[in-house]
Parts: sequence; structure tokens; C-alpha cells
Amino acid sequence: MKNNVNRELPDDVMSALDYKPYETTNIGNPDIQRVAPSVHVQTGDDKLVDSIEDVVKATVKDGMTISFHHHFRNGDFVFNKVMRVIIDAGIKNLTLAPSSLTGVMNDMVIEAIKAGTVTNITSSGMRGSLGDFVSHGNLKNPVIFRSHGDRARAIEHGDIKIDVAFLGVPNADKLGNANGMDGKAVFGSLGYALMDAQYANKVVLLTDNLMPYPNTPASIKQTQVDYVVQVDQVGDPDKIGSGATRFTKDPKELKIASTVNDVIVNSPYFKDGFSFQTGSGGAALAVTRYLRQAMIDNKIKASFALGGITKPTTDLLNEGLIDRVMDVQDFDKGAADSMHTNPKQQEIDASWYADPDNKGAMVDQLDVVILSALEIDTKFNVNVMTGSDGVIRGAVGGHQDAATAKLTIISAPLVRGRIATVVPDVTTVVTPGDSIDVLVTEYGIAINPKRKDLQESLGHLAGVPVYTIDELQKMAAAKVGTPKPLEFTDRTVALVEYRDGSVIDAIHEVKD
Amino acid sequence: MEIKQTALAGTLESSDIQIMLSKGTDGITIDLESDVEKQFGDQIRKVITDTLAEFNIDNVKVKAVDKGALDCVIKARTIAVAQRALQTQDQPAWEAF
Repeated sequence: MKNNVNRELPDDVMSALDYKPYETTNIGNPDIQRVAPSVHVQTGDDKLVDSIEDVVKATVKDGMTISFHHHFRNGDFVFNKVMRVIIDAGIKNLTLAPSSLTGVMNDMVIEAIKAGTVTNITSSGMRGSLGDFVSHGNLKNPVIFRSHGDRARAIEHGDIKIDVAFLGVPNADKLGNANGMDGKAVFGSLGYALMDAQYANKVVLLTDNLMPYPNTPASIKQTQVDYVVQVDQVGDPDKIGSGATRFTKDPKELKIASTVNDVIVNSPYFKDGFSFQTGSGGAALAVTRYLRQAMIDNKIKASFALGGITKPTTDLLNEGLIDRVMDVQDFDKGAADSMHTNPKQQEIDASWYADPDNKGAMVDQLDVVILSALEIDTKFNVNVMTGSDGVIRGAVGGHQDAATAKLTIISAPLVRGRIATVVPDVTTVVTPGDSIDVLVTEYGIAINPKRKDLQESLGHLAGVPVYTIDELQKMAAAKVGTPKPLEFTDRTVALVEYRDGSVIDAIHEVKD
Repeated sequence: MEIKQTALAGTLESSDIQIMLSKGTDGITIDLESDVEKQFGDQIRKVITDTLAEFNIDNVKVKAVDKGALDCVIKARTIAVAQRALQTQDQPAWEAF
């Protein structure tokens, strides 16, 4: 069958997993039923467990779904410690349902797949050796990729039923009150892990910093936690986030960033009380710098900044240029520290951030978002999941969710080396073109023809050439040439869900 | 024509290609390393082969390490390495451009 972004989906897999093809970005107003976890009643006096071995023995059985968060990113020690014990215990057929998988977890996941410990995976993304391993067909069942908002939705719906969540925290008391801000390996917001804490049947906290009871402020609460395990170290603080934020000096990135700023400032949304979200890439950070100046010059303040937060954003908060930071994760230490000290930086869970099946999520209130792309096609569909060789090397992240903003800007170079970014058809559709409003490249911009209003406000800016996206695609092809089409087998190695739980694309095994 | 000496042109910077020519007896053999091999490998080989043909080099071993170079770069590096290998650098082969 084909879906509404013209992607051929595998009928057998779709019907076996009871999936619907993607139709529309419009969520509508359905009535839905959320699920609740089971609770093993106790007073809380005996939660402390001596070892990971003991807690795994008490909680994990063949065929279960287990989860982790990725807030430690590449400084994570918890995932590998727990998976080591689970593999050695000979447990089989687990579904791995972390908020995402980072590079430091790759070898362990591959070992767990080879051992039959893990037979299903759902994640925001995967990179490096694991992406390569899966793209070469080494996991029998297709990986399910979900956005951060979609993961929250799937957990609330019961599509992901977490039996045991193993959540590393830099502090906790003996009953499980914990936050992400105090201790050695701090990461700030626990946004993604809060879903697991609320919905998993069994919640295990792992910490290297046992605090006196009661530990506050408590992001994860004792009412949610079954076990607390003390370990020697939960993470490497130096690898959690990028260190001090350095602004890019790359002239191409600066050109793109200043053009993004021109687009924002000249859009109808740049007015007092507007809201925005940026990513963590070099161009996105530079946009924040340009935007700061434009806000000062025009005496405009933002009501909130959203999403993954970096220090340049919390600096704007401290300067009073942003009124609130709504923080689902922190990309650097500066942002993480700021959450501790500034009460206007609010920790939000993934559902509040981006779950479409909600009584209103933050992304629904978002005016402007700047997102990146590995590829964008002439229908404005965006790929952030598969590389130019067709191999999985990315993550949905909050891309689909934030793209529902009123002004969604994709910032991307026209070509990267010999690889065109603007292409006739993306390798994998992650975010549908219907959500994308403007593409900004170093050569100029393209406005989605569906946005006639933006054609008017942005069509004649000084120093910002406007092209059709077909023209930009041809410009890219003229530079790099026409690549030989990638070859895939019929085997489906992954499905990419849209944020409503329908399937927007399938990823196939690469042919080498 | 055969080359006179082993020669090298280009760097390993991104968007460049480093090409080494050494003596061969088995026609033009190309050992190519490239991140875009799947999409552009054939095209890269074609540019190298066509450019070498303009120098009438028909027996040579080519070792190329590509970092995403465009065709114009590949051609320029091939001309440079061919002239060095033929020891004709002081007589630029304008017709090859």
C-alpha cells in the first residue's frame, strides 16, 4: 500500500503489526483512553537493593519490555551496566524501548541482539555501528522509530507497555525521590524519563548519590518507584553534553543562520510574546545569537523557548529576553545548571512537550521552530533518519512534533561535500512536507507553495533570494551530479511512525 | 603511454581527492576509496579514466582517496598528478582543461 506521502509500505508487516498508513498532519479531536501501570503495594521501607543482579532477578522475565532514558547521552554508564547483567542472566526475547539510543550503547545492543536477549527495538533513533547492523538486516523484527512526542503518546495509549524501566539519576533518596540537577553526572531536565517513571509497571532507579530522605525537588517521585540501586557511577559528566558552547565560524553556517534570522524577523510571528524552538547544531546556535540582537533592536520579548535547551537560550532567559524556558532536555552543562537556579526554566515531560493526543501540548503553542535536515525533497518532505548511503544514522527526535509550529524553518546547506541536501525524493520520509514552511540554504530560500501568506511577507527581502524548491534541487544537482540510485532489498528493517502512530515510511535492508 | 615516476596530487581534506599514480602494466587500474562510492563511484572512475586518456596514459595504477570531491576537482587533481607522473609540469597541457 502507499500512504499520503507516496511511500510504498510493506503490506505484510503493516497488517502483522496492525498499522495504518500515514494520512495527514491533522490530529483532530478524537476521544482516547490512556492506560495505567500496575502497582505492587508497599510502604517504601525496603526499596534499597544491593545490586543490579538482585533487581534484575526480581523484575525482568523473558519477553518483557524494558526501558531506559538517554539523558546521559554519550556519558551513560547505566544502560551498559544493566544490559550486561540482563544478557548474562540469559534472559531472552526482550523489547528494548528507550527514549533513544546513544553511541555508547551500540556495542551492548548488538551483543544483546546476537544473544537473543533483545528481539524488538523501539527508539527515537540510532547511529554508528548499531544503525549499520540493523540496516544490514541483523535484527529479525523491524525497529519502530518514534518521535519524542509519539513515544509519549504510545506509552499513554499502551502501544508501548513498559514492564521495567531502569532510570539512572544523579541523586535519589532511599524511597526514590530524584531529580537530574544535583550530583556528579547531572543533565538537568528528566523530561523523557518522566514518562517511564509514570507509566512503567516497575520503576528501578540507579544512582551514585544516595541523599537523605526526603530528597527535593523531586522530579521522579517515591510514589512511582519500586527499587533504588546504588552504583559506583551513573555517568561521565564530561560526555553528557557538549562543553562550553562555541559559536560557529563556518561562513556557510553563518550565512544560513543570518538568513534564518531574516526569515523569522520578517515573518508575521515576530512580535512581542512570540515563542520559538531551536536545535543544538552550529547554525541553530548562531541563529539564537542573531535573534537576540533582533529582539533587542525591535524591543520584542519571547513568551517561551521550548525543547532541547542550550546555554545561549538560557542566557536569553537571564537577560529577560525570554520569559520562560520549557525544558524537556538540556544539551549542555550551562543549560542544565540554569534549570537548578532559575525557577523560570520549567522541567516538562515528553507528553507536555509534544504528545499529539493531549489536552494541548507545548508544541501546539509554538510559533517558530528551526530544524535541520539530512535531506529535503521537492515536496518539502524531510529525512533526518537515513544517510546518503541508505544506512540508519539519525533520530526522529522532536522533528515531527516541533514541525507543527506556525512557522517551521528547515536550515540546511544546499550540498554537503558531494551529497545534495535538496533532492527529488528523500530516502526516508520522517517529517511530511505539509508541516514545513520555509527551507533556508546558503544560496537562498524556498517557501512552501501552500503558504501563500509567507510568499507575500518573505518573497521580497533584501539579500534573501527566493527560489522554488525545484530550482534549488536543480542547482544542487548541477553542482554534484546525479547520484546512482541506492539499492535496497525487499526486507523491512524499520518502520518510521508519524507522531499520531500511523506509518510514514519503511526502511529497507541496504544491498552492499 | 607509460608514466615516468610515481606521483601524488591532492589532499585528504573534505571535498578534495588525493590521487597517486604509479607504474602499471595492466591498463588503467583504479583503487578507489570514497564515502560516496555507492552513489558516485562509477562517475569518479570515469572522470579519472577520461582525464588520463587525454594524456594518452594507458598503463597506470591509480590509488584515489576521495573525500566528496566534485567532478571539476577530480579532473584538476588528475591533470596535476598526470603531469607530475609524466614529468611535464613545466608544459601545462592546456588542451586537457
